[in-house]
Amino acid sequence: MDVILWSRLQFAMTAAYHWLFVPLTLGLALVMAVMETLYVVKKDEFWKKTAQFWMKIFAVNFAVGIATGLILEFEFGTNWSNYSWFVGDMFGAPLAIEGILAFFMEATFFAVMFFGWNRVSKKFHLASTWLTGIGATISAYWILVANGWMQNPVGTTFNPETVRSEMATAAAFWEVITNPVAVSKFFHSVTSGWVTGGMFVVGVSAWYLLRGRSRKFALKSALVGGIVGLVGSAAVMLSGDSSGVHAAEFQPMKLAAAEGLYDGGNGVAFTVVPGIKVPKMLSILATHKVDGFVPGINDILNGYTDSDGATEPSVAEKMEKGRAALDALALYRSLKDTDPVAAAEARFVLDQNVRYMGYGHLEKPQDVVPPVKVVFWAFRFMIGLGMLIALVLLLSLWGAWKNKLDKMKWLLWVAIICIPLVYICGQCGWIVAEVGRQPWTIQGLLPVDVAISSLSAGAVKTTFFVFLGVFALFLAIEIRIMLGAIRKGPAEIEED
Amino acid sequence: MTYEFLQTYWWCLIALLGGLLVALMFVQGANLHLGNRSLSDAQRRVILNATGSKWEITFTTLVTFGGAFFASFPLFYSTSFGGAYWVWVLLLISFVFQAVSYEFCHKKENLLGAKAFRIALMVNGLLAPLLVGTAVGTFFAGSPFTVDKAAIANAAAPVISTWGTGWHGLEALTQPHAVMLGCALMFLTAILGDLYILKNVDDEHIHAQMRRSIRVLLIPFLALFVFWLVILLVKKGFAVSDDGVVSLEQFKYLHNLLQMPVVLVMLLAGVLLVLLGLWKGGFTKSRNGIWLAAPGTVLVVMAVFFLAGFNNTAYYPSNTDLQSSLTLINSSSSYFTLQVMFWVSMLIPFVVAYIAYAWRAMDRTKPDLENGAGY
Repeated sequence: MDVILWSRLQFAMTAAYHWLFVPLTLGLALVMAVMETLYVVKKDEFWKKTAQFWMKIFAVNFAVGIATGLILEFEFGTNWSNYSWFVGDMFGAPLAIEGILAFFMEATFFAVMFFGWNRVSKKFHLASTWLTGIGATISAYWILVANGWMQNPVGTTFNPETVRSEMATAAAFWEVITNPVAVSKFFHSVTSGWVTGGMFVVGVSAWYLLRGRSRKFALKSALVGGIVGLVGSAAVMLSGDSSGVHAAEFQPMKLAAAEGLYDGGNGVAFTVVPGIKVPKMLSILATHKVDGFVPGINDILNGYTDSDGATEPSVAEKMEKGRAALDALALYRSLKDTDPVAAAEARFVLDQNVRYMGYGHLEKPQDVVPPVKVVFWAFRFMIGLGMLIALVLLLSLWGAWKNKLDKMKWLLWVAIICIPLVYICGQCGWIVAEVGRQPWTIQGLLPVDVAISSLSAGAVKTTFFVFLGVFALFLAIEIRIMLGAIRKGPAEIEED
Repeated sequence: MTYEFLQTYWWCLIALLGGLLVALMFVQGANLHLGNRSLSDAQRRVILNATGSKWEITFTTLVTFGGAFFASFPLFYSTSFGGAYWVWVLLLISFVFQAVSYEFCHKKENLLGAKAFRIALMVNGLLAPLLVGTAVGTFFAGSPFTVDKAAIANAAAPVISTWGTGWHGLEALTQPHAVMLGCALMFLTAILGDLYILKNVDDEHIHAQMRRSIRVLLIPFLALFVFWLVILLVKKGFAVSDDGVVSLEQFKYLHNLLQMPVVLVMLLAGVLLVLLGLWKGGFTKSRNGIWLAAPGTVLVVMAVFFLAGFNNTAYYPSNTDLQSSLTLINSSSSYFTLQVMFWVSMLIPFVVAYIAYAWRAMDRTKPDLENGAGY
């Protein structure tokens, strides 16, 4: 295998691993903050002990989360050298805001939350707990602005002097930070974190109830977890709907792959699983119109005209324009100091074709098709598991509310099984988002094979296996510590 | 605001972040005592907890330092990170182990035992300053790379920045001048660690150990740093002409120091503060040496960054292709991005204020290990 594949594997592994820790951080932060608020408002020691128990779990998870975050930041540079030059100017401002606004907030107040129970006032501590979660959430916004830009590169101009995407005006900056793809991605990711945190808390509580231990603690935890998870589920569905519309608008190939749709048209049916279709449903979901036009993979390859009469050129044509852009860029750079007139002509050709520049790097039109089966099934698992989890959360919440969750043995078992499932669900979501946009690191502008560093495959292969070993070790330890803490249970809570 | 002003401003911020990062590496330095045989196990645990409430700020400063470099001088990020691969990967792995070690160290389910994670913290304590210092050392020694922005249109070899050796960064370890700075930094952060423990922990025996340690480390630190500085001032430097042509100039960094009196004052004041801090910690009864040595460290590091980047100097020079060398002008983000970030950076005092407030509130009482609030 070559360096491109190893670089992709390494980044995919790191990102997927990072996403094992982030959603629990986002979700558990909210659960703990609600519990501690109940403690401060009701002045009931029970809620303090309950919050403290979940904080212990949070702390173990948090450490691995920030460690893997650093790896991702470094890997942008170490493994994606061209990419980091090409996008540096676009991500500069969002990342500066993330660093200054979010990271220090998270780090400072996490330390207060963890060490500060007997060192700062009750209210300062409560504020710190909220600020830890708010910091994590703000951080998520800015990194998803970066990710959203890669899916839908708005507000950018290609500068042939510097050979990169640049942000030139306040309007461009505004476009980048309000990119609709980023906004819905943010809500979708953060609220999926709430679902993860909620499901985790409900599942662990279910285990206590099955063992007949810490009944009050478990029921109350399931109540808070259930509410957070269910609110998250509702928000995930809403933001998922707008993610679908955005995919249709900005990344039709991703949508076509997620649907396994080769030949599109008007009023397209939605495939639930192969063989079961709901008429017109895909058009409704993707365009919010019964007869909306949804292009299939072949339509995108061959070019199409949608129902509004707008024409999209074929991939072969885009490749031709892309090559013209790259040739003009090379010509411009070789002439700009010697022959300003010819350079200006080259620049004109470049500007005409620049929006297809990324296509100039492709070898054949088929390259724009992502691995359809992977995206298709990941999408179905995400939705199926997401719906199952929402249902389990609803039933558990009802049981906890009625104070009889411990009698519903079958539901308790299902809730425990749903803990791994909620992680699989989140991973599937990112597979749809990231595998679905292949071959692009930046949609239409920079394919993965041009984004890399000049390294040997052996070097990246070595670090891949080093990271794999480290990740496996940390995961094994983290799970053992969590299980140990759960087995030990919350400290001396008075049960009634 | 001119483009030049913004580039200068952001180099100042990078220098400040670099200075803060080095000063905050007192965490790394103090962790070296986790293997100190003349301390009891309980005393070492106290040290672990003393750094345990601060390490995240050091870590976050590293993240922000990297992020700020990426954001303001992306060509450095893409060239150095992608080229000096092994240096950054090693640094990364040592910090990744550090991040989890606090949480894992004293949990019985940690598979490897407490000792393994204490060793991980100590390895980080040595490697982090060594690698950061050596990397900064290459600002003056140069690295083997070429930059060709037109490469992106070249289908066969589209990567803009390429490294000249298969060692990908490890070749810096064969550059004595760069390694000297790395070693000096290692001793300095160890001393800062001693000073921090002296201030933060109440224990007579530990205090005596820290003062002794400072007196021992002082000598190699000063020897290495002075030697490094003398060589720096007499060696050839990477000068940039008005039209961007890079050339070697004898005594370049000495010229920089003399032509920028502010930097000279910063350097001298910084060195003086560090020395005063060392003297207070090593030879008097005072526990406040850290308050002199840490700001002194920030000033010295900033002066070093200013020598590397200002006064028409290439801060990340290439010694295989001089004209590929990175300058503040040819490696920065666009005018508009730097300007937006300039406004964002106005929030920094606010951030520093709340960190200071939180730390003061926390340090009023010592960690309460009995109640489980600690590592």
